[in-house]
Order: sequence, then C-alpha cells, then structure tokens
Amino acid sequence: MLDFIAGVFGSSNYWFIVVRSTAPILLVTLGAVITEQAGIKNMALEGSMLWAALVGVLASAATGSAWIGLLAGMAAGVAIALVLGIFALKLDANAVLVGVALNLLSTGGTVFTLFSITGDKGISSSLASKTLPVIRIPFLADVPWLGKVLSGQNFIIYVSIVAVIVVHVILNKMTIGRRIRATGENVDAARAAGIDPNRIKFFTLVVSGMLAGLAGCFLSMGYTSNFTSGISAGRGYVANAAQVVAGGTAVGSIFAALIFGITDAMATFLQNVGLPPELIQALPYAVTIVGFIVVTLIRDKREAARKLRLFSRGAGR
Amino acid sequence: MDKHLKKRGLAGKMAMFFTDRDALEPALVTLFAALFSLLAGVGLIFLVSKEPSQSVRNFLLGPFLRTYNIYYMMIAMVPLTFTGLALCIIYQSKHMSLIVDSSFYIGAVVATAIGVNLSLPAGVHPLVAMLAAGTVGGLIGLLPAILKIRWRANELVSSLMLNYVFYFVGSFVILYFLRDRNQTILSSLPFKQTFLLPRLVPNTQLHAGFIIAAAFVVLVSIFLYRTKWGFEIRLIGANQKFAAYAGLSVPTVILYSHFVSGFLGGVGGAIEMAGLYKAFIWQMNPSYAWDGVIVAMLARKNPKFVPLSAFFLAYMRVGADFMSRRGDVAFEFITLLQGMIILILASDKIVNYFKARRLKRTALATSSKSAVAAGGL
Repeated sequence: MLDFIAGVFGSSNYWFIVVRSTAPILLVTLGAVITEQAGIKNMALEGSMLWAALVGVLASAATGSAWIGLLAGMAAGVAIALVLGIFALKLDANAVLVGVALNLLSTGGTVFTLFSITGDKGISSSLASKTLPVIRIPFLADVPWLGKVLSGQNFIIYVSIVAVIVVHVILNKMTIGRRIRATGENVDAARAAGIDPNRIKFFTLVVSGMLAGLAGCFLSMGYTSNFTSGISAGRGYVANAAQVVAGGTAVGSIFAALIFGITDAMATFLQNVGLPPELIQALPYAVTIVGFIVVTLIRDKREAARKLRLFSRGAGR
Repeated sequence: MDKHLKKRGLAGKMAMFFTDRDALEPALVTLFAALFSLLAGVGLIFLVSKEPSQSVRNFLLGPFLRTYNIYYMMIAMVPLTFTGLALCIIYQSKHMSLIVDSSFYIGAVVATAIGVNLSLPAGVHPLVAMLAAGTVGGLIGLLPAILKIRWRANELVSSLMLNYVFYFVGSFVILYFLRDRNQTILSSLPFKQTFLLPRLVPNTQLHAGFIIAAAFVVLVSIFLYRTKWGFEIRLIGANQKFAAYAGLSVPTVILYSHFVSGFLGGVGGAIEMAGLYKAFIWQMNPSYAWDGVIVAMLARKNPKFVPLSAFFLAYMRVGADFMSRRGDVAFEFITLLQGMIILILASDKIVNYFKARRLKRTALATSSKSAVAAGGL
C-alpha cells in the first residue's frame, strides 16, 4: 500500500493528472478571491461553470470552432455573475440566497436546455462539439520528468497560470486593486473616497464570471469532450472554501487549489487499490474542509499572537 | 392606525390582515412570485414544445385531472414539508446552512439500516427509525454550526461541501452493508413488514407520514412562536448583537436551532423510506433541501404557511412530471421556475416595493407640510 502510494507520487503520470484537476479549481478560486476582496460573495460560481460548460459545447458544435465556443461559454459565465450582481446590488437581495437560486436554476436549467436541443438529459455526445487544443511546449517537453507533467496539457491549463498573474497584478499593482480592497474593507469609507462600490463589485463579478467560464469550458471541452449533467460537481462551492484557504490572495489560490487537485487525482489512482470508490470520491471535499479549518486555526493563532504583542508593548510603557 | 386594536375571531383577524398593509403587501408579492413563475413556465413551454397547448394543459391542470395525481401531490408534500420546516428554523435565525440535505439523506440511510436489520413490533418500528434518523440528522446538522462558531466558517459553504461528503458516505453504507446482491439495480435489502407506515387510503400510496408531517407543522409553529427557544432563535435572527447584549448565549442558540432543523430533516428522510418504499432505491440524492429553501421562502419563514407552500411546490412537481411523461418538455424545467421564485422573494426592493413607495410618499408629505409650517412662521 505504502509502496503503491510512493510509486504514485513519483510518477509523472500522476502529477500530470494533478495539474489537470487543479486548473479548473484554480480558475474558480481566483474568481472567488477577487469578488470576496470586493466584499461580495459569489456563490453562483457553480452556476456560471455549468452554463459555460453547456454553452461552450453548444456554440462550438454550432459553429465548428472551439474558440467561439470558449468565448460564448465565458459570456454565459459572465451573464450568470451579472444576474447575481443585479439582484444583489440593485435589488438589495441577499447575495448568498441569490447564489443558491442561480445554482438551483443552473443545475436543472442546463439539463432542460440540453434535453430541449438534443433530446438527451445526461450527455451531449450527440453534438459534434470541439475540444480546446493541447499544447506542446518546445524545450520544456524534452525535460525528462517535468516535461511529461507540464507540457502537452490543455490550452486552458496555461491560461490558468496566466490568470493567477493577471489577478495578482489587478489586486496588488493596479489602482483598481486598491479600490477593490477598499470596497471590501469598508463600503462607506470607499464611497467617501469617491469610489463607486457597486461599479467595483460589478467589475469583480465580471472577472469572476470570466474565470468560472474558462473553468466550465475546460470541463466540457478539454477535461472531457462532452457536457454531462452536473459536470461541475461542486467545484464552484469548493472554490468558496478554497478562497478562505488561499487567504484572499492569487498566489495562495495555487496552494488551495492544489490541495483539491492532489486528492482528486489521488482518488483516480486509489480506486485501483480496491478502496471503495464512494469514500474516495468524498475525499477531496473532506480534505477541503480540513484545509479550511487548519488555515483558520493558523490565522487565529497568528492574530492572537499579534494582539498579545500589541498589548504587551502597550503595558510595557 | 387601527392595527394596534386587537380584533377577535376569524373575521376580525381577516379584517386586520387586509387593513394591515405591512402584512398584506409582502403576502401579495409572494403570491405574485408564485403566479409569475407559473406564467414563465407557460412561456418556456411555448418556447421549446412542439405541442405547447397540450403541454401547458398537462402542466397546469394535470395535477387535478387525475385522482391519483391528487394523491401524488399529497405524498410529495410530505418531504417538502419537512425540509421546508427545517429551513424555516434556519432562516429565522438568519443562517443559510443547507445541511438539511445531508440530514434528510443520511436519515433515510439510518432508517434503512433499522428497517432492514431490526425486528420490532409494527408501530414501534418506524417510530424507532424516525427517532434514530432524527438524532443522527440533528447531529449532522450541528457540524456547520460548530464550524461556524469555532472557526467562523461560512455555514452555507461548509454545508454544501459536507453534503457531498455525506452523500458519498451514505451511498457507501448502502452499497457495502445493506445492499441486496440479488438485485441488478442498486437497492438495499427489503424492509421488514413492521417497518412500513400504514396507508391512509387503500390502493393508493398515501401514507401516515402525511399526518405526521401535519403534526410537525403544529409542533414547529409552537416551537418557534410559543416557546423560549423559538423566541431566542427569532431574536438572534432579528438582531444577533442585541441578542448577545441581552445576555443570550448566541452560540447555544445557533447550535440547537441547527440540531432541531437537522432533526426534522432526518425524520423526513425516515418517513420517506417507511412510507413510500419497500427498500432503499435512491440512485441519487433527491435533494429536497433545495426545494425546502423555496418552501420556506414562500411561507415567509412561518411554519404555519409551510403546508400551503409545500402544496404549491408539490403541484408544480406533479404537473411537471405529468407533462414530461406525456410530452417533449423535460421535468427539470421547474428548477428554472423555482430559481425565479427565490430570486424574486430574496430581493428586498421587490418585496418591499409598496412599503418603500408609501414611506416615501408620507415622508414627502410631512416634509412639505413642515416646509409650509416653516414658511408660515
């Protein structure tokens, strides 16, 4: 058993799957990070992913181009995020409840749409949809172990790495990033400083919709080559937990998403050892919760230590 | 304002309701949301169906056209009532946990284990199963509450994650400990005869769970509006800080509200098993908690109105089922309508539209009056 696990961890094949499983989570986690920084919880990421996955397949089948599918899918992801924004920001609805509504509407709505178009409820295989290309990176592909892991991945995998950099730059190096954090910190103060909080929140929602759209399109046009009902499998919810693990930063998102990716990929391998698949499937979600608790524990401890330092310094004077 | 004058009797209460605009208007908006969703459903049917008028007829009238459909609606009301009541309690405390989904599913699994393995006299058998399922459901319900209190985890996020964990654990238990290996499809071993709830009407599936659900509506109403615990739940929902200042232990209230809500979910799952099935045959989680969200919102978080909104949802489900069996519209289309209902009812600006307009008008009137008065001086 231990030998087996060690063997798995050493194999480039395993890490190739880890990267594949991590990327979609990474993209949505970035989406959750950026909206949370602006002080709005986007619980509809799951819905954005589902619609993007379906619309991407439909549009690519209709036009014969995976790229148009990708654009259409991202647009669908953004549309869902905007609906959340309109209800939560313009109509004063509880954002979390709107998210619940949109996810419910998306789970059934995508199946309904798929059935109305293809007559099939489960899978879109009757449509001639396209997949996004696999990219072989020159030079890197020839590096012995690393090349097998990092090269030859789907286009979206590389986009997800770019997305980390983009979100990092937006949050830390640009004016809009300061405005986002100001809005998330204190809406009234931001407003007093001349920031329109709703515009900032809408901006972050659009970005998160695009990211969730990318993730959704990857699932149906890369990870697999079809849309299946419930294809996002709660990744949008995981993102909201992973966002906490990430500590609200773009770079932290990589580690948070990796926790999920490593267990998710492990699940595929552990099924070969004869462990019950049901328990293995539960593992990524359980691990995410545990990761979440561990991170909050560390954060609380640090916070307590900081307070203690502050107070003891005050008492020393 | 005559709303402070207590009027007696049903007629008096009705008169009060219709003169009290603060109560009347949100009720009307709720009614509007329900009707709007049906209208949107008709629109959707015309969009996708090849024979729309037949499908619309089946969807809207189907539930009443056949006697068995009326029984189906009553049967469908039972789980919706339980999850609806559970979410009423959660929402009254202004929490968002959806863990009831796990409580319901695991409740059904626990009931299955008891229904298959224990030998108890009829009557006692389902009762034991309900109590056990309720207790386990309640304990599961505690988890997001503990995560929230101890680690400030958003209860909705953690409950959604836990729902996946419990779903897989539940199907593992069924598959490895309770499975009937003689069946080709996934099914548990058959329940003992003593486990099954009696039928209310012979030759239908309407079971005693319907009456138990009705009893729970009364119990939960009393719990929320007539006991100290219910008052405390509503208090932390109205203003958590105030409740803390008033000396309430907010964590305790969060804990027992989640336990009670999970308990209701567990009992609901057990009743579904004992009432409707001969073995556990769910191939996937029926996810009644999501419907419970809508039931609770249509009932405006008041257990009293849960039967009414559960009936409406059951009507929608049976109608959609009837239509999808006889036509080309997928059953799933009702989730679109259900989502719309939540969106409308969650929007404060829509629900309080009339009130805001009225307040604005009185505010304008008083300010112009005072302006006149100031000018006169």
